[in-house]
Amino acid sequence: MDSVVDANQMDPAFVSEIAAEPGGEHIRRCFACGTCTASCPVREVTERYNPRRIIHMAVLGLREAVLSSDFIWLCSTCYACYERCPQDVRITELMHAIKNIAVREGHIHPSFRAQVSLLEQHGRLYDITSFENERRTEQGLPAILERADDFCRIFATTGLDALAEPEETGVDG
Amino acid sequence: MKYALYLGCTAPVRAMNYELAARNTASRLGIELVDINDFGCCGFPLKSVHHRTALLLSARNLALAEEQGVDICALCSSCTGTLAEANHTLQANEGLRQSVNAELEATTGRQYRGTIQVRHYARILYEQVGLDRIREAVTVDLSGLRLAAHYGCHYLKPVEVHDRFDDPENPHSLDRLIEAVGATSIYYEGRDQCCGGGILGADEATALGLPRLKLERAVAAGADALVVVCPFCDIMYELQQRRIEKMYETRFNLPVIFYPQLLGLALGLSAAEVGLGLNRVKSRKLLEIVS
Repeated sequence: MDSVVDANQMDPAFVSEIAAEPGGEHIRRCFACGTCTASCPVREVTERYNPRRIIHMAVLGLREAVLSSDFIWLCSTCYACYERCPQDVRITELMHAIKNIAVREGHIHPSFRAQVSLLEQHGRLYDITSFENERRTEQGLPAILERADDFCRIFATTGLDALAEPEETGVDG
Repeated sequence: MKYALYLGCTAPVRAMNYELAARNTASRLGIELVDINDFGCCGFPLKSVHHRTALLLSARNLALAEEQGVDICALCSSCTGTLAEANHTLQANEGLRQSVNAELEATTGRQYRGTIQVRHYARILYEQVGLDRIREAVTVDLSGLRLAAHYGCHYLKPVEVHDRFDDPENPHSLDRLIEAVGATSIYYEGRDQCCGGGILGADEATALGLPRLKLERAVAAGADALVVVCPFCDIMYELQQRRIEKMYETRFNLPVIFYPQLLGLALGLSAAEVGLGLNRVKSRKLLEIVS
């Protein structure tokens, strides 16, 4: 990874902003031991994701670099670090908090935007069409009716509707 | 025993074998499963996007089960974790529950009073049905099978969300369930490793590196199959297996089976009753046992 940290880029309020976000409350407890990174299954396959580095960048106040990064979206939410952290930083939830702030700053990852759209349209991540229901009936399983009305109303209330894509997209597993 | 069967988004579309096996084994073991058609997404995908909306979606599902007066039995580990976490949060925090209920009432006409529990089906088998009753009900000999248990993450972590029912560093519930049907649960390196499903959308190439390691290690340990309890883990290990083999120019050909399928076969259910035909990677050993 590059570089000298530019002190002019440091926002001393960033750590407080994270601590005020649900899940981010324990960020100041981190003493940078690296148990999270050593436990991380994503770090095992790529150097692009390193939870200790992300937390340290956040504590230094490198707000823009953290929020606009791709790497904050690489937490698989496995909770290995969460369970092992000797300081109870609750890193998985801390990563959720950082991503929530990133979304508010306009940095939502496209795959998550697609999921917001699917949920608003179908109330589910996988669309249930007559094709799926025919397959279910063949297996002797009950048909499922999509009920997206509640989702539209909930998203309109919380403002999530603004994040949905204008047209329909699909995710594939 | 009566539960609302919470299917989530993935199982009813991508893992009908899991759903079939769960329904048929539950019925065989005297567990009544109620369908609630209004159930929708648990909120898991939105935890990274908008915490409050995720909580509202969880509360909506909890309220639906509460209206029927039943606890939730979930098949997907992420659904289990998300709903159980929201449940604990709403039960422990009266003020938060009131504010969530105000929004839930305004948008869906429902309220959640905090009276139900959320359990994964495998945990219900382990705790409520119990190993003894499972052992007594077994009629088919599976003793020749050497199986690699994959617990996955949200089935047991974070531990406080799951009432510390199993040890996150050295879990045993799934091993005991496998042994209860007569098969052998083998040790393999990286047993506790994540399937990578959480980042499949964000970075596919990175995500597939995780199941590659698990498949490699389970094969190296001589596993006849990987045993899973989550439809998304299955997507990573079974539905993506051919792609991983191509990416890394290797061959695993490792069958992946949902625990309720294994249980059903041991209880004497037919291959069709546990949806074995829907498993992509065929297990010759399992097919011989059921034929």
